[in-house]
Amino acid sequence: MKQSPIDTSKEYKYGFVTDIENVKAPKGLNENVIKFISNIKKEPKWMLEWRLKAYERLKNLKEPNWQKPKFPKIDYQNLYYYSAPKSFENKPKSLDEVDPKLIETYNKLGISLKEQERLSGVAIDAVFDSVSVATTFKDKLTEKGIIFCPISEAIQKHPDLVKKYLGSVIPITDHYFATLNSAVFTDGSFVYIPKGVRCPMELSTYFRINASQTGQFERTLIIADEDSYVSYLEGCTAPMRDENQLHAANVELIALDNAEIKYSTVQNWYPGDKDGKGGIYNFVTKRGACRGKNSKISWTQVETGSAITWKYPSCILQGDNSVGEFYSIAITNNHQKADTGTKMIHLGKNTKSKIISKGISAGKADNTYRGLVDINSKAQNSRNYTQCDSLLIGNNCGAHTIPYIRNKNASSNIEHEATTSKISDEQLFYCNQRGLNQEEAVSLIVNGFCKEVLQQLPMEFAVEAQKLVGISLEGSVG
Amino acid sequence: MLKINNLSVKVEDKIILNGLNLDIKPGEIHAIMGPNGSGKSTLANVLSGKKGYDVSGKIGFDGNNLFDLPIEERAHKGLFLAFQYPIEIPGVNTTNFLKTSLNTIRKSKGLKQLDALEFLDIIKKKAAKLKIDEKILQRQLNVGFSGGEKKKNEILQMSLYEPKMIILDETDSGLDIDALKIVADGVNTLRDKKRSFLIITHYQRLLNYIKPDFVHVLMKGKIAKSGCMELAEELEKAGYEKL
Repeated sequence: MKQSPIDTSKEYKYGFVTDIENVKAPKGLNENVIKFISNIKKEPKWMLEWRLKAYERLKNLKEPNWQKPKFPKIDYQNLYYYSAPKSFENKPKSLDEVDPKLIETYNKLGISLKEQERLSGVAIDAVFDSVSVATTFKDKLTEKGIIFCPISEAIQKHPDLVKKYLGSVIPITDHYFATLNSAVFTDGSFVYIPKGVRCPMELSTYFRINASQTGQFERTLIIADEDSYVSYLEGCTAPMRDENQLHAANVELIALDNAEIKYSTVQNWYPGDKDGKGGIYNFVTKRGACRGKNSKISWTQVETGSAITWKYPSCILQGDNSVGEFYSIAITNNHQKADTGTKMIHLGKNTKSKIISKGISAGKADNTYRGLVDINSKAQNSRNYTQCDSLLIGNNCGAHTIPYIRNKNASSNIEHEATTSKISDEQLFYCNQRGLNQEEAVSLIVNGFCKEVLQQLPMEFAVEAQKLVGISLEGSVG
Repeated sequence: MLKINNLSVKVEDKIILNGLNLDIKPGEIHAIMGPNGSGKSTLANVLSGKKGYDVSGKIGFDGNNLFDLPIEERAHKGLFLAFQYPIEIPGVNTTNFLKTSLNTIRKSKGLKQLDALEFLDIIKKKAAKLKIDEKILQRQLNVGFSGGEKKKNEILQMSLYEPKMIILDETDSGLDIDALKIVADGVNTLRDKKRSFLIITHYQRLLNYIKPDFVHVLMKGKIAKSGCMELAEELEKAGYEKL
């Protein structure tokens, strides 16, 4: 009997290139390139020294190699570490001065930088290769004392805050990629929520890689002062290219007493083509410190893009009664690979953490959950609950769950649940009989599987994420 | 509505249906009875398009060659199968599933998509009419449903999509008398001059409430005997052995 043909030729929707003249740092990684970046960003001396210290350290580090997805050796001397549209040599003062090509790029991505066209509840910082293009709703946020700006601007205007907190969660002596980022980071967002302020809108950064042979090294720093609250979301896309591009970001979150940070990611970097050619290496270090008592950090991630995703958004639960959460959806199709999870480090008393991970694997993809729950001897009455579910589509993909559990405290408690299931032919037949085609059926079943995580996303983005879940798996059922 | 010509079905060289003929006209209700393993469920599966069968013969469905249509297009064109064992789909909310299905079917007919409120209005009325507890709508699709709840959910969907050709695959088995009446009411409410039914069952019990126009006995891959209600009554008394 005939089956409905499945259109596998649908291309990555965000794969276009913006033709724009760039200013680049000379190719390669050395002290001069770092000085070039620091200089073009008009950074104070202390910042350059900090970068160079990281670079010194980097010389003694090696790339980690314990991860499941292996990749060809990266030639760090054959990359550009800074690339920005030429029109940014003199930074545009308002949106009217920004090159229309850039505004058009964001319009094409579905992101309007004009405030009146934006969703009223979302402020956006748009980062294009190595620079921030525009930040919306700055004035409205300033009224409340909230700082939301590119990190390069914060280094100039709010040096005390940056000095105090930058590198305080991810030290420059961390692992290879984090240290590389500390040496060469270009742009990213900076957020400071003052004491007692509840941020009235979602803050959001949209990262776009455009230039070829260029790495993106974003750096984001979010500080929630006592009794404050903020919800932040990042989204990412890149053009389709045959080469693998490196994205090595560092994100640091700091929550003080009674503060809460909700950090959501919808990652849709170019995943490579059907045969696994090209795509982004997404090697990211994200770490949050619940420094104050009763503080809370919640990570939600929807990882659908990238050739390789390698990241563990983590929480260091220092403050007593602090709470860490990690909600994750990682979808891999075709030849994509993911090794992702979290680390929950319980240091304070009565600390709680919750991990909900949903891994979906289709095509020839490989998906690994790797997570650490570590309860310190002083973390009395702490709790962790972990649930890892894997869903397989087809017979050629893989799912792996690697939990590391350390409990040095007799009054604390760790629970771990894991399941692996497959979309059955019977389920697909049932959905087909009710009028859904294969792709609609897969999308519905997978969205149901991920529901607990999708519910964590801010409402404005949940619908988009649901669609993305369906699109990422197109062509996965034959 | 449905014209089956010389239908033969094999699974891995085992012959299950062997030259079956059946003509169901608009507005007619046909019942198919038969012993275990006579091929009743296979017939339902082949009509709805399930894969894994080696099929020959011809089936016309409302002006189409049925075998030209993929499963979902048969559903769009009004073919509905009430499953013998409705499938569980964890995580998928029942209301959401029903709404998505209905909107997909409506879309194929060029009808406007219903939003959540419009849909809830419709489904609540349908559930009330069939005396089906609307609590099942809030649960995950068929997950943890009792046998009766699963079958009621099928009947609710049947009344929701308003199909032209309805196949009930042993919907009555395992039901208590109250649930059986709900199934029968569901069929009787939809019964009209244009809509056709094919009711597959083991027992006469359901037919007492539905009163089919024709009763067929399926044995050894063929219709062995056709008649009216009296045939069902006869079978109930004497069994299939005598045929």
